[in-house]
Parts: sequence; C-alpha cells; structure tokens
Amino acid sequence: MLDNTVFSVLSAVAVGSGVMVFRFDSMARATYALLLSLLCVGGLLVLLGLDYLGVVIVLMMTVEMAVMGVFMVMYMMNPAGLMPMSILHNRKGAAVVCAVVFLLMALGIVLAPWPRRAGTADEDPTKALGESLMGPQMLTMMTLGFALFSTIVATVLLATHRGRYDRLGDDLRARRADDPVPGGVGR
Amino acid sequence: MAEAAPLWAVPVLPVALCLGAVAAAAFDAVVGGGSGRPGAGVLAAASAPLREGLRLLAQQRRTTPSADTALGRVGLGLVPVAAVLAAAVVPWGFVQVADPAVGIVWFNAMEVLAWAAVWLAGWGPNSVLSLIGGYRFLAQGLAYELPHMFALTTAGLGAESLRVSEVVGAQQGLWFAVWMPAAFAVYLLSAVAMSFWGPFGYPLGGDVAGGAVAEYSGVDRLLLLGGRWLLLTATAAFSVPLFLGGGRGPLLPGWGWTLLKTAAVLAVLILARRMLPVLRAERYMEFAWMVLVPLTLVQALFVAVVVLNR
Repeated sequence: MLDNTVFSVLSAVAVGSGVMVFRFDSMARATYALLLSLLCVGGLLVLLGLDYLGVVIVLMMTVEMAVMGVFMVMYMMNPAGLMPMSILHNRKGAAVVCAVVFLLMALGIVLAPWPRRAGTADEDPTKALGESLMGPQMLTMMTLGFALFSTIVATVLLATHRGRYDRLGDDLRARRADDPVPGGVGR
Repeated sequence: MAEAAPLWAVPVLPVALCLGAVAAAAFDAVVGGGSGRPGAGVLAAASAPLREGLRLLAQQRRTTPSADTALGRVGLGLVPVAAVLAAAVVPWGFVQVADPAVGIVWFNAMEVLAWAAVWLAGWGPNSVLSLIGGYRFLAQGLAYELPHMFALTTAGLGAESLRVSEVVGAQQGLWFAVWMPAAFAVYLLSAVAMSFWGPFGYPLGGDVAGGAVAEYSGVDRLLLLGGRWLLLTATAAFSVPLFLGGGRGPLLPGWGWTLLKTAAVLAVLILARRMLPVLRAERYMEFAWMVLVPLTLVQALFVAVVVLNR
C-alpha cells in the first residue's frame, strides 16, 4: 500500500516535471525541472530495492545538471537563458517521432513475453550488479570507459584557449608556466 | 553493534543539528572576539550569532525586479534541508536515524544537492553579483568534489562497505585517520570547501559584495547562512564515523565520544579559518586537480592493496 502510494507520487512528479522541461521558457527552470524528474527516477529505483543505483542516480544527475549550468554559460549565445527562450525546435517532426517511439515502447511492454522470475532476488543487488558488469562485460566497460575518457580529453583540447605549448614554451622547457594569472603549483 | 534509533530521533535530529551549528557559530564568534561592541564580555560574543539570527527573522525580505523567486527559494530551502538529510546517516555513538546500505553515497549525494542549491540561490534574485557567486561555487565545487569523493571512497574501501555502521565497526583496532591520513586531510579540506566557508568562502566573497547571498535579507539570508553552518557541522560530524572510530573510546558512552570528537573537529576547522586568509581560487583549483586528485587516488590504491592482502 505504502509502496504503491510512493510509486504513484514519484512517477507522477517525474512525468509532470519531465513535461515542464518543455513548457518552461527559462533554461534554468528547464534544467532543474529535468533534475527533479531524474531525482524521482532515482527514488523509484530505491523503491525497487536497488539502493546503490538509486542514490548514485541522485548524486550523478545532480552533478550533471549543475555542470550543464556551467556549460550553458561557456557555450551558449544566450548564457543560461538570461532571456526567456524556448528549447522546442521542429515541433511537428519532434511530436511525430516522440509519439512513434512512445507507442513502440509501450507496445513492447504490453506484447513482450515476460519470463517468470527464476530463483529469488540477490541478497545484495549492488554486488550482483557489480559482478555482472565486471565479469563477462568487463571488455565492454573498458572500451566504453576508454571511449568516454578520450572524448573528454579531446573536447577539452579543442575548447582550451591556451595549451601547454603556450604555457611552457615550444620545447616545453620553461621553468615556470607563462600564465596570465600567476599561482597554482608553480610549474 | 549498530542500532536503529527510536522514532522520536527523527524530529530530534534537525534540532540537535541546529544546536550544534549554533554552538559552533558561537565558538567562532568568541574566537573572533566579535560581538560588535568593544569591551563586551565573552557571553555577548557567544550570543552574537543567536542575536543575528533573531534579527534576520524579524528583518524584511528584500525583493529584486524580475527575480526568479521560485528557483531562488528552492535553492535557499534546499541548503539546510540537504544538511539535515545528510546528517541522518551520521551515528550518535552507535545509534543512527537511518543506516542504509549505501550511507556514504547518500551523504555525498546530499552534499552535492546543497552544492547545486547554492547556484539556484545565486540565480534567483536576477542580480549580477549573486549570479557570479553561484557560478563560482559551481565551478569550484567540481574541483572540490572529486578529491572529496575519493576520500569518502577510501574509507568505504577500508571497511569494504558503504554502510556507515560497518565503517565504524571496521575501525575496531585502528582509526582510519591513522592509516589513511591523506584521505582524512582531504576530507577535512573539502568539508570546509563544500560548505563554502572560511578559506573557501569565495562564492560569498567580499569582492562580489557577498556573492550568492548579496541580495538576500531576512529569513532568506538566515536560511543560506544558517544552512552553511548546518552543512559544516554535519560534515564535521561525519568525519567521526568515517575516520575517527565513531563513538569508540574509554569511560564515556558512545554518544559522548561522538560529541567530543565532532566538537574537536569543528574547533580545528574554526581555528583554521581564523588563521588562514581566503584562498585564491585559481591557485587552489590547480592544486586540487594536480595534487589532491592524484594524492587521493594513490591513497585509495594503498588502502585497496592492504584490503586485498588482509
């Protein structure tokens, strides 16, 4: 009974704030509405007994949405939506795509032959998840991690205003970095 | 050894945390010798934060044109709420309000929520200086959070559990602070940093007229500045189960030792604030990324090797 109530409230808030992401005319509000939606999803996972995943979603999504705030300032013409704005583009096309995807996924849920549960739930779902990720899927995880990390490094390299050659000279031999603001570890 | 707290502990927790924060602020005021009036006694200095709080309660709320009131208030309210939620996993002696299997992650998640809330509070009033303060904390918080997270992970690694009571249990013979000194030091540093206070008070710095708090008065100001003390108290209290053996100690009961150790950590942090100037952000950022992150990683590696060979 309590579980059902919590589930209904969390999912209603998640869907509601998800809709509001597209209704708000302010980037800040849209970002934090999305965060609220994702926090509710984290709560739903905790409700399913996946404590670690749920709390990690709360942690990571909060960081992610906040970092998005920093990036909005760095890259957008209209930093952080200081002016009212809309994040809707190609309304008709997007509506069609969304409706089709939603129908497909809902159909999948209804039509899929769900298997009966074999055995009982693992006592420690976090450990079970870790073993299933780090066991047979280790190669996938390593590849994925490597790809993600090189993407981050490449993005920073492309975005950075001053590279190490600017800071330490053409042969990287300068004793002190030539920084506009002195300080740091003083290399 | 860990017990679930009785139900009445739930309403008591926020009150206790507030009392702790007020005591810490009072100690800070006494150390700073600032009651505002020359020649006033220690009592006047100690009660200064309380009087300031009451004054803010009675003060009128300031409003700014085309403010995003909703987001600002969410941010302001979230700071103390996140501090109280974080404190829920801190054991009092060996009793705690909640002891989830992922207590350490929960604590960190709540800290991060407070971090995002400060940006909201800075965004709310539609004012340049408070917005700069909010953005500052967001950008700096990235550099604080990573070493902080590794320090938390190291304690969990040493205990082979993310459950706070098991971390306390694993320190039966030896406190984690003794054999994970780097993680402990980084935890203390980032405890201050994540509370944007003292040497890390840059987001609320004088150079941006108070930053995130610039446009707030009355209850709003009290929520943000008081919430900051709550955060600091909660993080100081959490260092006790993580690194200082929890409520373990001779003679006194568990809660007594927890209280003593928390008070000692808070006192160290407050005295350090009085001795150190506000750090230059650009200097600390590079130090955090270039020195603290590798340092905490090496510390975690060391602990992992010890745990594997146990």
